Amino acid sequence: MSEKKKKSFEQDITGDGINSIKKVVETHNAASDGAIKYVLIGVCVVFLFVMLVLPLAVVAVNALKEGWAAYREAVSDEYTIKAFKLTLIAMVTATVVNTIFGIFASYLLSKFYFRGRELLASLIDIPLSISPVIAGLVFILTFGNIGWMGDFLKSHDIKIVFAVPGVILATIFVTFPFVFREIFPVMNAQGKEEEEAASLMGAGGFTIFLRITFPHMKWALLYGVILCAARAMGEFGAVSVISGHLRGKTNTLPLHVEILYNEFNTTAAFAVSSILVLLALLILAARNIVEWKAETKQKQT
Amino acid sequence: MGQQIVKVKNKKGIRVIPGFGLSMGVTLSMLSILVLIPLVSIFISAGKLDFQEFAEAVTSKQVVSGYIVSISCAFFAAFVNAVFGVILAWVLVRYDFPGRRLMDGLIELPFALPTAVAGISLTYLYSDEGWIGALFAKAGIKIAYTRTGITIAMIFVGIPFVVRAVQPVLKRLDRQYEEAAQMLGAGRIYTFFRVTLPELFPALFGGFGLAFARGIGEYGSVVFIAGNIPNETQIAPLLIMTKLEQYKYSDATAIALVLLLLSFLLMLVINSVQIYMQRFSKE
Repeated sequence: MSEKKKKSFEQDITGDGINSIKKVVETHNAASDGAIKYVLIGVCVVFLFVMLVLPLAVVAVNALKEGWAAYREAVSDEYTIKAFKLTLIAMVTATVVNTIFGIFASYLLSKFYFRGRELLASLIDIPLSISPVIAGLVFILTFGNIGWMGDFLKSHDIKIVFAVPGVILATIFVTFPFVFREIFPVMNAQGKEEEEAASLMGAGGFTIFLRITFPHMKWALLYGVILCAARAMGEFGAVSVISGHLRGKTNTLPLHVEILYNEFNTTAAFAVSSILVLLALLILAARNIVEWKAETKQKQT
Repeated sequence: MGQQIVKVKNKKGIRVIPGFGLSMGVTLSMLSILVLIPLVSIFISAGKLDFQEFAEAVTSKQVVSGYIVSISCAFFAAFVNAVFGVILAWVLVRYDFPGRRLMDGLIELPFALPTAVAGISLTYLYSDEGWIGALFAKAGIKIAYTRTGITIAMIFVGIPFVVRAVQPVLKRLDRQYEEAAQMLGAGRIYTFFRVTLPELFPALFGGFGLAFARGIGEYGSVVFIAGNIPNETQIAPLLIMTKLEQYKYSDATAIALVLLLLSFLLMLVINSVQIYMQRFSKE
C-alpha cells in the first residue's frame, strides 16, 4: 500500500471518512448531473406536450373556430343538454354504487381472513382487464332479446338494453373496481389491531367503522370517488354498445360527440367535447388538491 | 406476532371484529349481480354455438387481422410507454423543477379525459390537415387511418399505467445502493441499468402489462383514428361492434370470447411473472 493510499485509508477509518465519501459522491454527481437532468426534463416536456397538451388545444381551437355564437348554440342544443343530464345520472349512480361496494369489499378483504380471499380480490378486478365493448356485449347477451333474461323482461315490460338502465349498468360495470382499488391498499396496510381492540372494548360495528376505519381511509376514498366519477363520465365503448344511440333518450355526452363527428359537424363535436374536457380538468384539479391535502395532513401527524 | 394470533383465532372460528356477515353478503351479492352474472352470459351464449360456427367466426381473415392489429399495436404502444414511463417517473421523483406538480397532475389526463374526446382530437391532430399530420404529410407519411395512428392513440391511453406503477417504487428505493455503485466506480448509465432498473422491473412489468391489456381492449380513442379499413386498420373491439350492428350476435360472441380469454391469459402471465420476480428478489 503506498503512502498516499494508506493515509486516505486511515482518514476514512478515523472519522474524516464521511467527508471523503461525500466528496466522491458530489464530484461524481455534479459533473454530468446538470446536463442529464435538463435533457431528461426536456424529453418529458416534449413528450407530454405532444401527447397530452396538443390534443386539448385541438379541442379548444376547433370548438371556437366559428366563434362564440356557434359554440353557444352547439352547447345549448336540446340534445346536448339531454345527453348532459343522462351523463350526470349515469355518473352519479355508478359512483354511489361503486363507492358502497368499494367500502364493503375492502372492509371484508382487509379486516377478515377467509378462504378464497385472493380469488375474490381478482374477481373484483375483472372489469379492468376487459374491453369496454365486451362489457357492453355481456349486458346485451343477458338482458337483450337473445339474452337468457330477455323473455322474462319482455313479459314484464322492462327495458334495459337500448334504454337508460342499460347505460347505467354498463357504466357501473366498467368502473366497478375503481373505489375498491384505491381504499383497499390503505385499509390493508393499516391492519386490524385497532379494530380488534375497539371491538374487545365493546364498540359496535358501525362505531368501529366510523371512528377507526373511516378516518384512516378517507383521503383514499375521496380519491377513489373522484377517479370513478371521471371514468364514469367518459365511458364510451360499453355505453356505445348498449345504448342503441337513441338521440335524446340514451345518448350520453361522449356518444353525442361521436354522432356529431360522424355527421361531419366538427365544430359542434368539439364544442360538446370542450364541456367534457373542462369536467376532466376540474376532476384532475380536485384529485391533485386531495392528494396535496392528504400529504400535508400526513406530515402534520 | 399479530398474524399468528389471528390464525389461531381463525382455527377456532372466532372473529373479533363485527360485520363479517354483512360485508361478505353485500360484497358477494353486488359482485355477482353487477359483474359475474352478466359475464357468465357470454359463456352461456358461446356454449350454444357449435364448434364449426365458432371456428369459422374466429378464423375468418378479417377477424384474424383484427386480432393481429390490436395485439401488435398495443404491444408496441406499451413498449413506448414503458420507456417514456420510466423516464417520466425518474424525472418526477428525482428532480425538482418549476412545474413538476403540474407535470405530475397531467399524467392522469388520459384517465380523466373521455376516450371519445381523445379519439376525435387525436384524429384531427394527426390527419393530413392537422397540426402534426400536416408536417408528416409533406414528407409523404400518413399517420391517421394507419396502424401508426392506432399505436399513437394506444400510447395516449397507456401513459398513466407505467408512470403510476414505477413512481412509488422509485420513491421508496433506498439510494444508498446507487451511491455505493457510484463510489465503486460505476458510471451513471451503468448504475441505472444494473442497480436501479432491476429494482424497478417488477413494477415496470406490471405497468407494461396493464398498458398492453388496456391497448388491446381500447375502443373509444382508437376507433376514430383507425379509419376501419378492412384487413388493414380494423381493431378487434371494432369487429365485435360491427357484428353487433349487423345483428350477428353469435359471431360477436365468438370474437369477444377469444379476446376475453386473451386478456385473462395476459393478466395471469403478468401476475405470475410478478410473483416469481418478487420471490426471486427476496432470495
